[in-house]
Amino acid sequence: MKQLLLGNKAIARGLWEAGVKYVSSYPGTPSTEITEEVAEFSEVYAEWAPNEKVALESAMGASLAGARAFTAMKHVGLNVAADPLFTSAYTGVNGGLVICVADDPAMHSSQNEQDSRHYARAAKLPMLEPSDSEECRDFTCLAYELSEAFDTPVLLRTCTRVAHSQSLVELHERADLPLKEYKKDPSKYVMNPGFGYKRHFVVEDRLKKLKEYSENSPLNFEEINDTSVGYVCSGTCYEYIKEAIPGASVFKVGMSFPMPLEKIRAFAAKVDKLIVVEELDGVFEAEIRAAGIRVDGGKDIFGCIGELSQSKIRAALGLSLPESAEFDQPLPARPPVMCAGCPHRGVFYVLSKLKLTVTGDIGCYTLGAAAPLSAVDSVLCMGASIGMLHGFNTVRPEASGKTVAVIGDSTFLHSGITGLTDIAYNRSISTVLILDNSITGMTGHQQNPATGLTLKLKEVPPVSLEKVCEAVGIKRVRSVDAGNLKEIETALREELAAEEPSVIICRKPCQLLKYVKPKPALSVDADKCRGCKSCMRIGCPAVKFASGKAEIDSAQCVGCGLCSQMCAFGAIGEGKHE
Amino acid sequence: MSNSIMIVGVGGQGTLLASRLIGHVLIEKGFDVKLSEVHGMSQRGGSVVTYVKYGDKVFSPIVGEGEADFILSFEAIEGARYLKMLKKDGLLITNTAQIYPITVITGQQEYPTEPIDALKDKCRVADVDALKLARACGSDKAQNTVLLGVLSRYMPEIALESWLSAIEQLVKPKFVELNKKAFLEGRNA
Ligand SMILES: Cc1ncc(C[n+]2csc(CCOP(=O)(O)OP(=O)(O)O)c2C)c(N)n1
Repeated sequence: MKQLLLGNKAIARGLWEAGVKYVSSYPGTPSTEITEEVAEFSEVYAEWAPNEKVALESAMGASLAGARAFTAMKHVGLNVAADPLFTSAYTGVNGGLVICVADDPAMHSSQNEQDSRHYARAAKLPMLEPSDSEECRDFTCLAYELSEAFDTPVLLRTCTRVAHSQSLVELHERADLPLKEYKKDPSKYVMNPGFGYKRHFVVEDRLKKLKEYSENSPLNFEEINDTSVGYVCSGTCYEYIKEAIPGASVFKVGMSFPMPLEKIRAFAAKVDKLIVVEELDGVFEAEIRAAGIRVDGGKDIFGCIGELSQSKIRAALGLSLPESAEFDQPLPARPPVMCAGCPHRGVFYVLSKLKLTVTGDIGCYTLGAAAPLSAVDSVLCMGASIGMLHGFNTVRPEASGKTVAVIGDSTFLHSGITGLTDIAYNRSISTVLILDNSITGMTGHQQNPATGLTLKLKEVPPVSLEKVCEAVGIKRVRSVDAGNLKEIETALREELAAEEPSVIICRKPCQLLKYVKPKPALSVDADKCRGCKSCMRIGCPAVKFASGKAEIDSAQCVGCGLCSQMCAFGAIGEGKHE
Repeated sequence: MSNSIMIVGVGGQGTLLASRLIGHVLIEKGFDVKLSEVHGMSQRGGSVVTYVKYGDKVFSPIVGEGEADFILSFEAIEGARYLKMLKKDGLLITNTAQIYPITVITGQQEYPTEPIDALKDKCRVADVDALKLARACGSDKAQNTVLLGVLSRYMPEIALESWLSAIEQLVKPKFVELNKKAFLEGRNA
């Protein structure tokens, strides 16, 4: 029987069915659930690596040893893994290797809208693009056959609407494969200039063969109906086109690199006009045009920003949309916020109170940039807070007493340690705050090397953040209770005044963790409340202001006590005030 | 042709469970089904949307403008935000309970007065105080199944038993009775 599966879960199922033995990933929306789901299978070794580069390298090692191996990451994760990626095309594989990269057009949960299809071309690796959960499973299994047949890693590209949509999937059994033999072969696996140069010929030759495969593969197919316009598309755009224009002629690209250009040429000859429908960049359009095939529309119609949908496609093509109503009153925006009781809130309150310049990083604490805290000056990529602080303070030494970096525990271990080493080595007088909430929060609670648990929940010795900081050469390392405003402020003032690099570890577990028991909700004593709104300055969603007094929403409050620390009149406390 | 349901609310309100329950009963009925969810950033108290599409054959997993047969809104103004997705003769099922967004709490923006009345001028509305009914059943968290109960009234093709058995299969055993009760409160409200 078919089952309704999330695209990501269908990929995990495909991995299991394809006999994959080794999975190593770093979380990133919308790719995270693949690794979480595959960890449920006892036959598959699965782990969280500290970052995407290590994940890919370890998967390369497992492949070299003869296992089918896998790694998944979000689009920007592939930037981190790009170094091993490019040369992996040269070495090829032993056991099959598939790299899933999940794009996020419209930036539901990302810092940019980069298009991973460029990577396939730049790194010269084949790429498959499923468009629903059934294809997620099928293409995953097929990717391993291609990987081993052509001796190459294979990229599997999804996007938010494929990864996070559920559709019906036929389930199959697992193919249990023995490890392939491992034979030492420096000419294939030692990429020094001598061997690497020879392997480049192999890469180019392989691309020709892959191109031939793409031209003949059922992954790329045409559906000829109304021949006035033919649409070329892949992934989720195929689903949108089928819905937007029923009865259209469509060319579906399942293998998006190398592209089946001759097949597309033949398709173009059967239709009066050819329109390329792709999200983000005009990657297909450029290649089709470069092949001398006439294209009558593409990026000029759809643009390269955000997601498409059946409605957007119809609107862009000037076709009618069904009638609908619109609400005509202004609606307040509802952006995401730090949860009530979030351990990051107090830190950002103090940073904003002291009017510090804050180089920020990526995680739940990016929300410290939002009003009313508005405490963050920059967010670039994971780990950048520390490197940017170092550069900032080096050219503006007078600012170093007023500038800090903030970085989460997972992000610090992902790519903060090298930045901190730069500070320690090149001696900028910089203060770094590590916000240790004992979990990778933003992506939905994944373990990391500092939590003391693995993906499969095995207990392991946790990395000591203090010792790491000391080991790279920071002498002033201290920790504070992230729930105590006074303690945070004192530590900040002292470390900012010190004439040497320093680290403050702000500790308190994420209050959404199961083992963190919420305290009783606080309430406001209306007799004592002067309506000064001090408690509102922390931007807690549980603290409201009504008829001149503060009010606490007992459904949301977890009793963290930050608001009561803000109150100079002792009006907020435990117990009922009527 | 496919049918479309859009579920909107505030991150943390349990919209994902609602869409999965709907998906479950529709599959049992033999429909092709697609659900679309957004995970990650938007779960932190932000505005969230999930889509349910069903029919003989479904292509796009998302709902476009003027396509939703139903919008199921877990909060009083979230339905208004997505009104242009509702079909001309579609039905908006909405919770009357309000959750102030941070922009309102901090006084940057205002929460509309009488949003439900304003909605009734624009489309067909079935409103329910799901918070009150859920609380009476024993937990604020059961608002999602109360609202599902209301929706079930307008989906006569799905039998009551089928909804209840979906709850039994998808909800944690500890909460099954509570959610069944909440569902029936919504259905009979
Ligand atoms: C290169 C890269 N990989 C993954 C992500 C996705 N991502 C964003 S923040 C984050 C981790 C946040 O964890 P932590 O630093 O512990 O902060 P928290 O959210 O717990 O506050 C991840 C994995 C990303 N944005 N960039």
